[in-house]
Amino acid sequence: MIFKVEDVTVYFPYDNIYPEQYSYMVELKRALDAKGHCLLEMPTGTGKTIALLSLITSYALSKPLNPVKLIYCTRTVHEMEKTLAELKLLHNYQTLHLGPAAKILAIGLSSRKNLCVNSMVLAAENRDSVDAACRKRTASWVRALAAENPNVETCDFFENYEKAASEALLPPGVYTLQDLRAFGKQKGWCPYFLARHMVQFANVVVYSYQYLLDPKVAGIISKEMQKESVVVFDEAHNIDNVCIEALSVSVRRQTLEGATRNLNRINQEIERFKTTDAGRLRAEYARLVEGLALRGNLPIADAWLSNPALPDDILKEAVPGNIRRAEHFVHVLHRLVLYLRGRLDTENVEKEGPVNFVASINAHAGIDQKTLKFCYDRLHSLMMTLEITDTDDFLHIQTICDFATLVGTYTRGFSIIIEPFDERMPHIPDPVLQLSCHDASLAIKPVFDRFQSVVITSGTLSPIDLYPRLLNFHPVVSRSFKISLTRDCICPMVLTRGSDQLPVSTKFDMRSDPGVARNYGKLLVEMVSIVPDGIVCFFVSYSYMDEIIATWNDSGILKEIMQHKLVFIETQDVVETTLALDNYRKACDCGRGAVFFSVARGKVAEGIDFDRHYGRLVIMFGVPFQYTLSKILLARLEYLRDTFQIKEGDFLTFDALRQAAQCVGRVIRSKADYGMMIFADKRYSRHDKRSKLPGWILSHLRDAHLNLSTDMALHIAREFLRKMAQPYDKSGSSGRKTLLSQEDLEKMSNDGSINEMLY
Amino acid sequence: MVVVHSDYGRNLTNEAGSMMDPMFMEASLFVASESLPLEVLMSGPCSQVDPIEASSGSISPSRSPSRSVDSSAAQGFIAVRLLLEVVPPFRRTSTQPISLPRLCLNCRATMTMMMLSGHVTKRAKYKTSVKDSGTSGALRLNEQKLMFMPDNRNSSTKLAVEFKSIQGHKYTKEGSNKPPLINLSNTQGGSYIFEFDNYSDLHVCRDFVSKILEKSKDTSSVASEKAAVKHDEQLSAAEMQLRIKLLQEDSELQKLHQQFVGGNILTEAEFWAARKKLLDNDSSRNSNQRVGFKSVMISDIRPLTDGQTNKVTFSLTPEIILQIFAEKPAVHRAFLNLVPKKMTEMEFWTKYCRAEYLNRTKNVHAAAAEAAEDEELALFLKEDDILATEVRKKIRRVDPTLDMEADEGDDYSHLPDHGIFRDGCKELNESQHDIYRRTLLQDLNRHAAVVLEGRTVDVEMEDNTKAVAEALARSKQGKEGADGNENEERLDRVSRSTTLEDLQPPHSLPLAPLSIKDARDYFDSQQANALKNSRDPSGKMESLGSLSTQEAYGSVRDAISEMKAMGVSVPIINPEVALKVFNGLTHSISSIKYNHGKNPWESVVDRLPTAIKEKLLQHWTCIQELLKHFWSSYPITTPYLYAKVSRLKGAMSNIYRQLEEMKASLQSDLRHQVSLLVRPMQQALDAAIQHHDADLQKRSAKSG
Repeated sequence: MIFKVEDVTVYFPYDNIYPEQYSYMVELKRALDAKGHCLLEMPTGTGKTIALLSLITSYALSKPLNPVKLIYCTRTVHEMEKTLAELKLLHNYQTLHLGPAAKILAIGLSSRKNLCVNSMVLAAENRDSVDAACRKRTASWVRALAAENPNVETCDFFENYEKAASEALLPPGVYTLQDLRAFGKQKGWCPYFLARHMVQFANVVVYSYQYLLDPKVAGIISKEMQKESVVVFDEAHNIDNVCIEALSVSVRRQTLEGATRNLNRINQEIERFKTTDAGRLRAEYARLVEGLALRGNLPIADAWLSNPALPDDILKEAVPGNIRRAEHFVHVLHRLVLYLRGRLDTENVEKEGPVNFVASINAHAGIDQKTLKFCYDRLHSLMMTLEITDTDDFLHIQTICDFATLVGTYTRGFSIIIEPFDERMPHIPDPVLQLSCHDASLAIKPVFDRFQSVVITSGTLSPIDLYPRLLNFHPVVSRSFKISLTRDCICPMVLTRGSDQLPVSTKFDMRSDPGVARNYGKLLVEMVSIVPDGIVCFFVSYSYMDEIIATWNDSGILKEIMQHKLVFIETQDVVETTLALDNYRKACDCGRGAVFFSVARGKVAEGIDFDRHYGRLVIMFGVPFQYTLSKILLARLEYLRDTFQIKEGDFLTFDALRQAAQCVGRVIRSKADYGMMIFADKRYSRHDKRSKLPGWILSHLRDAHLNLSTDMALHIAREFLRKMAQPYDKSGSSGRKTLLSQEDLEKMSNDGSINEMLY
Repeated sequence: MVVVHSDYGRNLTNEAGSMMDPMFMEASLFVASESLPLEVLMSGPCSQVDPIEASSGSISPSRSPSRSVDSSAAQGFIAVRLLLEVVPPFRRTSTQPISLPRLCLNCRATMTMMMLSGHVTKRAKYKTSVKDSGTSGALRLNEQKLMFMPDNRNSSTKLAVEFKSIQGHKYTKEGSNKPPLINLSNTQGGSYIFEFDNYSDLHVCRDFVSKILEKSKDTSSVASEKAAVKHDEQLSAAEMQLRIKLLQEDSELQKLHQQFVGGNILTEAEFWAARKKLLDNDSSRNSNQRVGFKSVMISDIRPLTDGQTNKVTFSLTPEIILQIFAEKPAVHRAFLNLVPKKMTEMEFWTKYCRAEYLNRTKNVHAAAAEAAEDEELALFLKEDDILATEVRKKIRRVDPTLDMEADEGDDYSHLPDHGIFRDGCKELNESQHDIYRRTLLQDLNRHAAVVLEGRTVDVEMEDNTKAVAEALARSKQGKEGADGNENEERLDRVSRSTTLEDLQPPHSLPLAPLSIKDARDYFDSQQANALKNSRDPSGKMESLGSLSTQEAYGSVRDAISEMKAMGVSVPIINPEVALKVFNGLTHSISSIKYNHGKNPWESVVDRLPTAIKEKLLQHWTCIQELLKHFWSSYPITTPYLYAKVSRLKGAMSNIYRQLEEMKASLQSDLRHQVSLLVRPMQQALDAAIQHHDADLQKRSAKSG
C-alpha cells in the first residue's frame, strides 16, 4: 500500500498495516526531520523491522537531492539475513511502483569466513585461520613476491577484483551474504573485498553492532560513513553490554605465555631483517621520528585492526623516542609482560583504578603512561615492517598492546580487577587480570556525535527512561508503543507453585531442592501433552540446565516428555546448537512437535524467533539474575550508583527482567499468531519484579493469573488453546481497528482522527 | 535359569514375522576382575555361572506363567543379557591415583532370535528315560517347535522337534517328591522328558505346551484347507500381511471375508480379485509411509540391578540396536568391521555395554584408563569422528536465518581475551574437552535428529543384527547421492517466513487428501453432524450457487436448440412407468409421514431398532458382494466357474431364506417397513436366481 506520512510518501509492501506500525513511522519520521536521536520500544510481533525499513527508504526516496544513507546494525548474522530478506521484499515492491528510480544498493557485510568463495581458504577450520589464509594470499608484499615468483600462491578472486579496479561494482539491488557470494563466484571477484569497497556507495548497509561500536573495527570499516546517515540499532536492549564489552580486555596466563612466544618470534625476525634488509628497519625509524606511525593509505588487503581506544582520544603525536627502535620496543613489551605475570600471581582479589595501575607499572617496570598509550600503534607499525602475515598467531601480543593502550588512555570509567580463581569454582586456579569498562556511554559516544540520527529500538526497552542515562544521550523522541490485539492472542501467566502447592523458584537456597526440579518437570510433562507443535523452555544458566536435565533423566521425567515431543537442547557448542535448532524447526514443520531447552542470555535467547508453530508456549524457569557475587558486576554497580544514581537492586532486577521479557517475547510474530508465556518462579508474583516487564506483556497479565499452581495453569492453557484454535477473524471485534487498509488510512487522515489514534 | 522375554514384546504387535529359522544361541562370558581387557570364556560349564542364574531368575515367579507367555506374543528379537559385576570394595592402588571402580564383567548372555508369537526359554535337563541322569541345557519352546540346546556344544543330544509330531504331555504334580518333570509323547510312540530346576518353570512350560497342542488340533483341519487355497495362488508374505491389515482396518470387509471365505462360498482369491484396487492402493501408500522411530530414546539403555548382588543387566532388541547404529555411526562402522572377523556379535555387544556402563558412572578417568588398554573399547568411548564430519557438512545447509555459527568470529570482533571474560552473566567453560566425555545433552540432540531423519531400514524385514547393520549402510550410501534441491526449498522457506501473513490477502494452502479407512465408521459418525448442519437453511443455498447464470442459460439454450433440430420424438420417460413410480412414491412418502410425524430428517432405516438395522445393512452388503461375483461369472465357460456359480446360488438362496425369516419374526408394525426395504434386495436375488435357473435349463437342454 502507498500512503502519506505527513509530507513523505511511504511505500509499504503489504495490503494492510497495523496502527502501531503507522504510529511508529510517524514518530520515526519526526525524529528524522529533527535530525536527532530517538528511542522507540515496540512489542515484538508488530512488524517493527519492515515499518522501519519502509519509512527510511521512502524518506530517502522523497529527498532525491540529499538522500540519507541507512546503516542498520543487528546483533547477529542471522538477524542480518532476516533483515535483508525483508528489505528485498520491500525493494521489489518499490521498484514495481516507482520503476528503476527506486533502485537502491543494499548490502550485508560480514567476515571473510562468511563471504569467502575461495575453496582453498575455506578449508581452514575456524575464523582466525580463514583470515590468516586470506592474508597469506592477498597481502601486498605477498603479491609483490608472486609477481616475480609464480610458485607463490595468490587468490584468483582477489587478483581478478584488483584487475577490474574501479570497474568492479555491484549493480543496484539487495544482496544477502548468499547473493554476494553468488555474484562474486559468477564474476570471479572476491565478494569480501567487493562488499567492503561498496560500503561507501551503498544506500543501505546492514552489519553487526561491533562494526560501529568497537573502535578496533569501526576504525577500518565505518571510517568513511557520511554524517547524513541514519543509524539503527535493532534489538538494542543489550546495547549497553555490547558497549562495555568493546572496551574491555582480559589477560590470562595463556595470554602472557603466548605473548612471550610472540616476542621471541619478533626478535628473531628483527635479527633476520638486520642481516638481510637493515634498510627497512631504518626506514621505519625515520618514519616514526617524523610522527607517521600509521598515516598514509594502506592497501585494502593489509587493513589491520585499528586502535582500541576511541578516535577522539587518540593523540596526534609522534611515537615517543624510547620505543622508536624495534629492539627497544620489544624490551619494553617484555618488561610489561613480566610485570603482568607478577601481578597475576596473587592470592587475593585485587581491584584498582587505571591511574593507580599505571603508576604502579611506572614504579615497578619503568614504563610511563605515554609509552603505554602508543603500544598499539608501535606494534602495528612493527608488524607491517616485518611483513608478518600469520596474524592469528600474534593475537596474544596484540591483546597485551590493546590492554596497554587502553589503560594508558583512560583514567575514569574503568577498573582493573585481578582474580586468582573463579568464585564459582574455587578449586581450579585460573588467574585473570581484567580491564573492564563500566561506562556504556564511552563506546557509543562517537556514534551519537558523528551521525545525525541514531535510532535505538527493541521489543523490550522498559523502563525507557533508563537507556538515555546509561548511554548518556538526549533523544528527541522517546516512546513506548502498546500493542492492539484483535483477540487476546498472548497469555502470560505467573506460576508460583507446583501441583503439590510447594513454591517453585530458582532462588539460591531453593535451587538444589529436588522438589522444585520435580515440580518444574511435572509442569513441562503436563504441558507437552496439551500444547501442540513447539514449546521453548528457558533456564537461568547452562549449569542449572545441565543439572535439572540430569535430574529429569534419572527420575524418568525426561522419558515422559519424550513420549510426546522430541527434545532439543542448546549446548555451549554453537554448531551443535544451530543444528539442533534447525532440526527443531523441522520437527515443528512436520507435525511431530518438539521441545527446545535453552538458556536466558544464551545465543538462542538473543536472536532466534519462536513464532507461529515454532513456539506455542514459552516457559521461563526462574528469574535470570546475573551472578551477583561477580567482582566485575559489583564494580559496575558501584560505578552506576556513583555516576548515575541507579540503585544496585534496581539495576539487577531491570537486567533480569529484560532478559526474561526477551526470552518470552519471541513467540509472537503477527497478530494472527498466538502463544502462551509461563513465568515459573514465585518471585514473579511480587510487584517490584513484575512491574519491570514491558507494558505490552503486563497489560495482558490478568490478576487471576498471578499466583497459579500447575493444575490451574494447565486449565488456563487448555481454555486458551481451544479459543485460539477457532478460525481467525482479521477484522476483529468491535472497538478499535487493529488492521488498517489503505482506505481506512485515507479516511482517517481526512477527518483528522489519525492523530487520535496516535495517542 | 529362567528368562522370560516379556517386556520387549509388548509394543510390537505385528503378528506375522518373516520366515526364518529360529535360532538359539547361548554364551557365557566370565571375566576376572584383575584381567583387563575382557577375557571371554565361551560356553563354560553351567556351575560356573550359577550365582547369576539365581540373581536373574527373579522375573517370572511373581507373574502368572500363562500371562507372561501371552504378553510376549510378538515377533522376533534378540535379547542380550549382560551382567556386570562390580566387585566391592573399590580398591585404591598406587598406580591408579583416582578411585576407579574395578569392574568385573561377569557376563552371561542368552541370545535368541524368534518369530511369531510366544516363546519360552528355560533351563532344563533332557532325559531319554526317567532314570537317566540327563544332559543339562536350555529348553526353548515356540509355536512351531521345541528345541533343546545342551550346554556342551559337542554333545549330540541337540533336539528340534515340531509340535505337529507331539501328541500329548504329562507332568509331575507339585508337592510330590518327584523332581519337576515334563513328558512329551510323540506320534511315533516315543517321548521326550525334561527335568526343570523348579516347579514354576515347569508350570510355565506346561501351560505353553498345552495351549499349543490345543491350538494345533483346532487348526489342523483349517490348515489343510488353507493349503488348498494356496494351491491356486502363491502368496508372498507381504501380500498376506497387506490383506490382513486391510481386514483389520475395515470392519465391514472383515465381516464379509469371514462370511464368504470362512463359509467356503468364495475362495480367498475370488474375494480379493474384486478388490484389486484396494490392494494396489495400499501397497503404494505402504511404500511412501513407514512407521518412524519413537520419540522416546531407547538407545539409552539402562542397566537393571537386582539390588542384592553387584550385577547390572543390559537388554538389547533389534529395535534398540538399529537406533544405536543410527545414532552412533562409529559403533555401526565398528560393528561392520569387527563382526564376525575379529569378535563375535556377543563379544561386541558386551564391550559396548561395558563402555556404556563406564560412561554412565561419569568417571572420566576410569573410562580413559580402560580405553587406553583396550582399543576396541576406546572406539565406543571416544567422540564419534563420523558424526563430526557429518556435522560439518550439515552446517552448510542450515537455514541462514538461524545460523548462529556464522556469528562465531564475525570479522575482527570476538578476538580472544577481548570483551569481558568473567562477569555475572557469562558461563564458565568447565569442560577441558576430554575426548572421553560425552554428555547427555549431545545424546539427546543426536537422538532427536535421527528420529527426524526417519527410519530407513525395516527391522521386521531383516532377520539378524548383521543384516540390519548392512541395510543401514546401504541406505546411507543411497542418501548421500540424493542431496539435491534442498537448497531451493530452504530459500523458499526463508522468504515465506519473513512475510507477515495477516497483513496480506490469504493465499490458498495445499490440501492433503482425506484418507478414510473404514468408510462406514466414518460416515456413521459424520451423519449426526451432517444432519445438524443441514438444518441450517443457509448451507443449502450455496451448493446451487456454483452454477453461474450464464452457464445455466447456456445449457438451457443448448437443450432448446437441440429439441428444435431433433424434435421431441421420444418422450423422456415412458408415461406409464412415470405414473407407477409417482404413485409408489406418493404412497411411501405418505406412509413415512404417517409413521414419523414431523421429523423429515430421520431416514426409514434409522427408525428401526439397531439390531435389525445392523442385520439389514449386513444383508445388503452380503447380497451386493454375492451379486457382484455372480454376474461377473457369466457367461460360464469353465467348470470352475460353474462350480462357483452353484456355490453362490446356494448362498443366495440361503440369504433369501434369512430375509424371509427376519420378516416373519418381526412385529407387525415394523414388518411393513422392513418388507419395503427388503423388497429390492429380494428382487435382485430373484433376478439372479431366475437367470441361473434359465441358464441351467438351457445347458441341460443343450447337453440333452
